[in-house]
Amino acid sequence: MTYLLLLLPLAALVIMNLLPGRFRVRSALLITGAVCIIQIGLVLVHPTGFWDRLIIAQLEPVLGFNLQITWLALVMMAVAGLVSLAALLVAAALWQREFELLNFSSLLLIALIGMNGIAMVNGLFQLYIFIEVTALATFILICLRRDRFAFEGVWKYLLLSVVASVLMLTAVGLSLIFSPSSTFLALRATIPLAAGSFLPRAAIALFLSGLLIKSGVVPFHGWLPDAYQAAPAPVSVLLAGVITKATGVFALIRFVAEVTGPAPVYQVLLLTGALSVVVGALGALGQTDVKRLLAYSSISQVGYIIMALGAGTTFGLIAAMFHFFNHAIFKSQLFANAAALEARAGSTDLNKISGLGGRMPVTSVTLLIGSLSTAGLPPLAGFWSKLAVIMALWLAGQSLYAFIAALASVLTLAYFLFLQRKLFFNKLSPELSGVKEAGPLLLAPAVGLAALTVIIGLALPVYWLLGGR
Amino acid sequence: MLNIMLLVLLVLIALWTALTPLLLRAAIGLALTSVVLTIIMFRFNAPYAAAFELSVCAGLIPVIFISVISLTHRLPLKEFLKRREDRLRRFWPLPLLLLAVAAGLFFVRIPLNITLPWPETIADVRVVLWEYRRTYLFGQLMVLLAGVFGVLVLFRGRNENER
Repeated sequence: MTYLLLLLPLAALVIMNLLPGRFRVRSALLITGAVCIIQIGLVLVHPTGFWDRLIIAQLEPVLGFNLQITWLALVMMAVAGLVSLAALLVAAALWQREFELLNFSSLLLIALIGMNGIAMVNGLFQLYIFIEVTALATFILICLRRDRFAFEGVWKYLLLSVVASVLMLTAVGLSLIFSPSSTFLALRATIPLAAGSFLPRAAIALFLSGLLIKSGVVPFHGWLPDAYQAAPAPVSVLLAGVITKATGVFALIRFVAEVTGPAPVYQVLLLTGALSVVVGALGALGQTDVKRLLAYSSISQVGYIIMALGAGTTFGLIAAMFHFFNHAIFKSQLFANAAALEARAGSTDLNKISGLGGRMPVTSVTLLIGSLSTAGLPPLAGFWSKLAVIMALWLAGQSLYAFIAALASVLTLAYFLFLQRKLFFNKLSPELSGVKEAGPLLLAPAVGLAALTVIIGLALPVYWLLGGR
Repeated sequence: MLNIMLLVLLVLIALWTALTPLLLRAAIGLALTSVVLTIIMFRFNAPYAAAFELSVCAGLIPVIFISVISLTHRLPLKEFLKRREDRLRRFWPLPLLLLAVAAGLFFVRIPLNITLPWPETIADVRVVLWEYRRTYLFGQLMVLLAGVFGVLVLFRGRNENER
């Protein structure tokens, strides 16, 4: 199955770019959507061994890439498929030009290949390559509409990303001095043998720093609000929902879980995570633009994931992945809401738009669900993952960090309540009196993802009560 | 001694590549950097890596860069001189930083205590590429593909947007 997850998007990319002009755009959207759906299907049925029984599984030795599918990879690829589908729907709803839709679909497929690679590779250098594949596609996606603001955003992202790449490449080079290869397995075996010596420590520190920059956590967060705000709406959905999470946070999770093991790394993660949680939430409080506010919220939520990872336990890892999944769902949904606001009200500036609750009821309700889930209010999905993060920290003896995580939820609630009040409950701006609710194609991702947030939130306690493990 | 001289040459060419205000010169500088790196790789008994460095980094990549640069407009002389001045003002600490790093590495002894592995050259290149490097090659092809779309978006896209 591993080769399908890399070759299927590539085949789709080639086919849709070779189709005749008349049908090309519609086919591109359909093909890309089908690839996303097939990916979700592949991931969901993988644990049952369904694909292994099919004839195409016999091609694995010939076409296979020596990749591995772990439960971490399955979560990542499910998220990638879901969020890519949501971004595609937003693009289909907002854009008409063939040039934009075709290039968006093509670059989305390249980014999907990159993210699938990040999920399944089993070595440090392979990880670096697929991070670069995803990042390169993202740089181009951000400046797809070629406006000056987007170039400024992508420039900041590119500069920090290059610094991160240099750090990571140096780490790979160093690792090849003390280890026979850069595979996770070899590194995991050799790092304890070389414990205390300079090279493994330097390699771990450099790779970790690179991944923290890519994750956009404090103090490496400067590029993130600009990039999220500058990107076109469908790209924002993709960027905030999954891309920066795959190239930064998920790669970090894999690096810590599969390479470093118990080390001073955990203290670094706890500290960086706590800083991001607090600084991100405080930063969001002062924002007057919906997309910037969501970007700062993203910094804060990534902090939770990193703190859970820093707990250094299996439960911490599960909590980190659970919040990673939930964050991808509710943040893409919130950015889909922002896209609807931008399309209908013409702006995401909170000083210009207010009182749209009656005019855009579906957007209003879904945004409320996403906000409450981010703030960790029961019974939504975000509540359970935040609870898991706090419990993991508490059980690992990190009560101070557990307290910070709990307290920062109040800050999250505060900035989202401010957003709700301003956007939907204030007096309607006179110039917005003609605004109507977004169309079904633009609402579909927001409604679908909000429904998922509610279903997971309600189903989880039932599952536990029924004795599920 | 020759290896050290080559490494110094590598750093100097890389510095020139980074400092030059002309994109074309930067692309040529990149190719030259790769050529020197290729020589170093051959001397360190890594012929496969050297051959790839020469063909891809000194050959293919500069060709792509130069073909993209040919799609851009030349700057007026006044603007060019201003850019050159700006660039020198912005990057003058770079050579100093390199010197400081070199001095640091020379005087501060890092306790390595490790024997450097000698690269294997026994395996057939086809085996190396297909058996060991398939995933890397696939990833690198994807990077190139993303680059192609980058050119399409940034250059062809300009005409599309103007339409």
